[in-house]
Amino acid sequence: MPEQLVFAMEVILNGLMAGVLYALVALGFVLIYKASGIFNYAQGVMALFAAMTLVGIMKGQVPFAHLINAIFGTHIHYFGWNVPALVAIILTMAVMVLLAWAVQRFVMRHLVGQEPIILFMATIGLAYFLEGVADLMWGSEIKTLDVGLPQGINLWIDETTFNIFDYGFFIDNLDIVATVIAALLVAALVAFSQYTKQGRAMRAVADDHQAALSVGISLNFIWIMVWSVAGFVALVAGIMWGTKSGVQFSLSLIALKALPVLMLGGFTSIPGAIVGGLIIGVGEKLFEFALGPALGGATENWFAYVLALIFLVFRPQGLFGEKIIERV
Amino acid sequence: MNKKLATLALGAVMAAGPVMADLVFPSLSYRTGPYAAGGIPFADGYADYFTLLNERDGGIGGVPARVLECETGYNTEKGVECYESTKGEGALVYQPLSTGITYQLIPKVTADGIPLHTMGYGRTSAANGKVFSHVFNYPANYWNGASGAINYLLDSNGGDLSGKKIALVYHNSAYGKEPIRTLETLAEKHGYDLTLLPVDHPGQEQKSQWLQIRREKPDFVIMWGWGVMNQVAVQEAANIRFPMENFIGVWWSGAEFDVQPAGEKATGYKALTFTGLGDDYPVYEDLQKYVVDSGKAAGAGDQLGTVQYNRGLYAAMLAAEAVKTAQEMHGTADIDASMMRDGMEALEITNAKMEALGMAGFGPEFSVSCDNHGGPGLVGVVQWDAAAGTWNPVQDFKPTDVEVINALIEEDSAAYAAENNISQRCE
Repeated sequence: MPEQLVFAMEVILNGLMAGVLYALVALGFVLIYKASGIFNYAQGVMALFAAMTLVGIMKGQVPFAHLINAIFGTHIHYFGWNVPALVAIILTMAVMVLLAWAVQRFVMRHLVGQEPIILFMATIGLAYFLEGVADLMWGSEIKTLDVGLPQGINLWIDETTFNIFDYGFFIDNLDIVATVIAALLVAALVAFSQYTKQGRAMRAVADDHQAALSVGISLNFIWIMVWSVAGFVALVAGIMWGTKSGVQFSLSLIALKALPVLMLGGFTSIPGAIVGGLIIGVGEKLFEFALGPALGGATENWFAYVLALIFLVFRPQGLFGEKIIERV
Repeated sequence: MNKKLATLALGAVMAAGPVMADLVFPSLSYRTGPYAAGGIPFADGYADYFTLLNERDGGIGGVPARVLECETGYNTEKGVECYESTKGEGALVYQPLSTGITYQLIPKVTADGIPLHTMGYGRTSAANGKVFSHVFNYPANYWNGASGAINYLLDSNGGDLSGKKIALVYHNSAYGKEPIRTLETLAEKHGYDLTLLPVDHPGQEQKSQWLQIRREKPDFVIMWGWGVMNQVAVQEAANIRFPMENFIGVWWSGAEFDVQPAGEKATGYKALTFTGLGDDYPVYEDLQKYVVDSGKAAGAGDQLGTVQYNRGLYAAMLAAEAVKTAQEMHGTADIDASMMRDGMEALEITNAKMEALGMAGFGPEFSVSCDNHGGPGLVGVVQWDAAAGTWNPVQDFKPTDVEVINALIEEDSAAYAAENNISQRCE
């Protein structure tokens, strides 16, 4: 087999894996948009906040330590204990539920019935507020996150492909774990929205707020639930990306990677986020591999958007988005 | 004798003179945003040194120093806004810690007569004082860095790099592109093959670049990164099992937080430096006593001795020494930006001076002149030991290829002078 073809196969596999990581971020956007019609600009910051909270809890960091020390003249930074990863994840999830409640109670509840652009602007404000709170709560330094996920080259794939192609493929163990988790997450989310009472209520709210209210569905509860689930997805994305690069403020910028995925997959489809992520992941990696060197490299960021735009020309609602029907 | 007389005269002037204004040092810091991890310790080190001088010495030449901090978020527009909003406060020197902001400020500071110090960053050709009257980038610049990396590789490969493959992984920005020209020129001179691998901001996704490195198997990788790009690159290098001892980052890719997320696998990674390591210097005892223990530290006081804190401290020390030089030159403690510029242009850092400051060996000896605003461009190399959690020196401050670098500086600064109709000075 020609060498370039073998390399391309490795690039495609890595593109698929990268696509799963993009899709993990996109999922959070889809959940909230699907249930409330809100494009949640704060989704990336939620991933940052969740990951920082997780590390903070694991390391026994005192939240708001700088503030406490500044006010009371103390010098406390750590409680002096470490929390096991699983317990810390559960506690972080509780914090994300609390955050969901706060967002609903203090922001969204006051904006029911407002134009989508107003809600979008509110989430921009929320993003900056949350970033500031995360900074104040846990500090700005880069934190190492280790919840026991494997990292580095998968030796089995390396050896197997070497025996076949005389060239061992590089696949990161972390990407494999992310793929498995994303698959489980999507299956769980689809099952939840299709087969549970709360899931059906969520879909009813998404279809028509007024009609859902008229049959006794609590809008407040559904929105808190949706923001909590989005918080959980943000936590998963934060763990995956934070394990790769350490938990730091640039983690919030992973939202940029989700936008072309959403444009392509549609804002309302959970499978769309996954398929969109895979197409973007493979597309940008293959383009960089084939034409990147001739174009000076670093093509991935802009090519992802170009690819999404090309799809939009033919399907403005995205691949899996709900069909746009305008009645006049 | 003359120096003593000048100091006595200065003391007399200070004793008899009116109440003097503060010496203002704007700090265009970034404590928020994606680059905060590097911005915070630098800003803390910068502020803490002036606090030390105020608390221990009563200021510089008897005049208190005041650090005027303005948050830029590493954003060029905000950096320019910070400059505009602080320059009227009597700013003596700007240090924006951003190449993007530096490029925007060069014409502004020149017009306003305020010096700009871009230590180890910014526009490299600003080392030519004949063209850039108000910009200084001593003690080393990016091109010294590029040459320093190549010199180190030459030394460790018996002086011969012909036929070797070197890849440059760089931040796809004005900053990251700075070393390309030098590395290309040096490639012609030494016969190595150079592969350029840009990484887009912020650099969280670098799979393509590292797969290419895995396929093409360069002998060495040089990195020009900042922010999250550094941590991801070190992690990806470890993932593909690239030999860490053949991976060298510029000084902005060589802090503790750049390597810690990769854990043990980062051991062996190397970085360039122009400042000392750790906190084993007498000045740190004073910092602990007068700044940290008294609760006056800019941060939590837990960054002392870290790489970026040391850089901020060093930048502040160079500014303070330039103030002292200016005070002596002009016979007044209450200097303005114009006098500060003169002080920077006449700055001389000797080992004796560094020892007196409690910073012996912390940086190289150098002097600044009218035509040389860049200093000697000496570059050291350090290596990370993950188990110990420390950087260890593997090469002391050594000269770089000034023949190549000076020619490039002349060419680039001449082009700038022609574009901006600048007449050369120092004739």
